[in-house]
Amino acid sequence: MSAVWTALLGLGDVLAQHVILSACAIGLGTAVALPLAVWASRSQAVSRGALGFASLVQTIPALALLALFFPILLSLRAVFGPDLPTLGFLPALLALALYALLPILRNAVTAQTNLDPGVLQAADAVGMSFWQRLRIVEAPLAAPYIMAGIRTAAVWTIGAATLSTTIGQPSLGDPIFAGLQTQNWTLVLAGCIASAGLAIVADALLGLIESGFRHRDRRRWLGGAIAVAVGVAAAFASQVDWSRDDGRETIVIGTKQFSEQLILGRLVGDRLREAGYNVEYLEGLGSAVVAQAVANGSIDLYFDYTGTIWANQMKRTDNPGRNAMYNAIVKWEREKQGTRVLGKLGFENAYAFAMREDRAKELGITTIADLARAAPRLVAGGDPEWFERPEWFAVRDVYGLKFARQRNFSPTFMYDALRSDEADVITAYTSDGRISADRLRVLEDPREALPSYDTLIILSPERANDEKLIAALRPLLGSINVENMREANFSVDRTDGEKKTPAEAARALAKASGQE
Amino acid sequence: MASSLAFEGVTKRYDTTEALAGIDLTVEPGSFIALVGASGSGKSTLLKTINRLVDPTEGRVLLDGEDVTTRDPTEMRRRMGYVFQGIGLFPHLTVGENIAMGPRLVGEKLTGERIAELLELVDLQPDMASRLPAELSGGQQQRVGVARALAGDPKLLLMDEPFGALDPVTRDALGTRVRDLHARLDLTTIMVTHDMAEALILAERVLVMDRGRIVADETPQALASGKGGDIAQALVEIPRHQAQRMKELEA
Ligand SMILES: Nc1ncnc2c1ncn2[C@@H]1O[C@H](COP(=O)(O)OP(=O)(O)OP(=O)(O)O)[C@@H](O)[C@H]1O
Ligand SMILES: [Mg+2]
Repeated sequence: MSAVWTALLGLGDVLAQHVILSACAIGLGTAVALPLAVWASRSQAVSRGALGFASLVQTIPALALLALFFPILLSLRAVFGPDLPTLGFLPALLALALYALLPILRNAVTAQTNLDPGVLQAADAVGMSFWQRLRIVEAPLAAPYIMAGIRTAAVWTIGAATLSTTIGQPSLGDPIFAGLQTQNWTLVLAGCIASAGLAIVADALLGLIESGFRHRDRRRWLGGAIAVAVGVAAAFASQVDWSRDDGRETIVIGTKQFSEQLILGRLVGDRLREAGYNVEYLEGLGSAVVAQAVANGSIDLYFDYTGTIWANQMKRTDNPGRNAMYNAIVKWEREKQGTRVLGKLGFENAYAFAMREDRAKELGITTIADLARAAPRLVAGGDPEWFERPEWFAVRDVYGLKFARQRNFSPTFMYDALRSDEADVITAYTSDGRISADRLRVLEDPREALPSYDTLIILSPERANDEKLIAALRPLLGSINVENMREANFSVDRTDGEKKTPAEAARALAKASGQE
Repeated sequence: MASSLAFEGVTKRYDTTEALAGIDLTVEPGSFIALVGASGSGKSTLLKTINRLVDPTEGRVLLDGEDVTTRDPTEMRRRMGYVFQGIGLFPHLTVGENIAMGPRLVGEKLTGERIAELLELVDLQPDMASRLPAELSGGQQQRVGVARALAGDPKLLLMDEPFGALDPVTRDALGTRVRDLHARLDLTTIMVTHDMAEALILAERVLVMDRGRIVADETPQALASGKGGDIAQALVEIPRHQAQRMKELEA
């Protein structure tokens, strides 16, 4: 429990960011919902349209809504110019505000339709103008209901804001996602406790304001409002950078969501800091988002794999061989994306067949060709996608692989399956730490049927010719071998007492790779 | 100067009903008019065409010779007192705030003394000013409504069954007081009531409505002496009959 406590204490910064993001989103949602509700109360069509739209938004999963703002903002650059941010605070704010809209709008509209028509007529009869009626009669009578809507919106928004981590906005989702990736349950728990706690506090304070409005108790609603204002102001104050601009250039490193990427990000970040840069991390970006983010300069660099770019971005299904593929990718990145492939880090994170050492020895298998001979008697395990992927069809056809049985496992359980003889051979990822931890034999692929997955550093168009940056990064190229990467991955993925954070693993990896 | 009113062929049609079926009427400045008639005969609708809570389908209403549709409704309403059939107090405001609403809208603040004076005028305790409407009885709420209508020093007072929920004693006292006020403040007053006796005693002119039309327009004396037609006489018959029964009991 004390570990969770320690983890919680380390969340101050992301908590502040979470508070700021949620408060701004609820504020914006309210600012849009209230005028819309007033308009809706004067027009049936507007009422139906606005509520319909807000309900529709609500059916989009929050994760997808957040991700959708990336292409939307990207296309809006045509209007607002290239400086419009497409990742981070802005898209998170817009998506969450849209999400907050429904409960506020629905409560405001309901409150208005439930206002006693006699009271409204009285307001007209004593000679109130539109604004006087709104301010003196409608707003105070609707306030408790609107506040209840804001309360619901706040709880939703604080929960959904954890997902903004996936589009590069720091939030309490950072520890949750990082913890899920690295199986650091302490971190996950701390993130969940913090965001649930924040939601409970916000709900209680807004509830105080609501009941203050309901009972016309000025002390109560004013107290609640002041507490909320102080909390949000403190969050803002903590985020103001009091230090003067130190004149250093800032490099933004983007990473995908798994351990290896987090480690590489920290490794490169340490390197750049030594070279005199400020470094920011956008960690846990989605695969598609990160590739576009580098192309439009939202991030300065990231890591990707040749086979992934080949299949997912270039939509190619053939396999021209390792070097030809690499050259084609360099050309494609330069011409189609304007990005620069700086080079290979040295290791591959490819699909490969792996067997238990004893079993492989017993059957005399060292290559996939050997495997093909024994295959009719063996059970193969793959991740849920594997037996549908073009890589499988390619390797199957080249070697004539035909297993007695094919089974699907989630990546974590694949290794367990091997250990417990549920499978004789699995398709592992070559840089996975469990390969060396479980002493697995990775079968050779003499006919190069499996595509290569060389790990690349890719620079954004603005950084493509930044000689100072390139000089700082160049020593990393070719420096990381697959054994060291496996070790580093395993040190983060393991669940026992020797578990490391990605930053710690990055330092160990740098040392092992001769970078220090 | 009290207001004058004129109705010229005022008709109001809803989907299925004709609430007003061509009303022609002039109201002299300073007159006290009672409007009686069966439920649904169009009394409230007629009253609302004056302050434009209802706009006529046809015809026009002239206030001091000017078509009400050409005037700024908010500005015009602030210079009328209007008492609602359904009370119409603001539930979230205190009695005092309700009464002070009209002046507040034009940027004037009513003093506590003035509010107390208005409350006393309608037979309520001044310390009720700090209560919410829900903490008052129905009759008390109605009287607050009357006080609110008088707060803006109106020249025209429109009252839609203002005393419906009052006990007979208070009702009688308040009726007399409004009548005095009408004279003292130089008002033009139109009061809707279901009670023909009240109409005969307070008003100087009684209008009887039936299905959107004015079927009788007489002085109380004329009605008492049997004029005004069948519908009006059927209404007059009730208090007359009651008075007769009282006499018989006394004898
Ligand atoms: N907004 C409306 N929509 C449709 N019909 C209406 C509307 N307002 C009034 N009416 C109809 O117009 C007619 C006159 O209504 P009005 O309220 O003027 O009657 P009233 O004489 O004041 O009756 P009461 O003594 O019961 O108050 C009624 O038949 C009523 O149903
Ligand atoms: Mg009526």
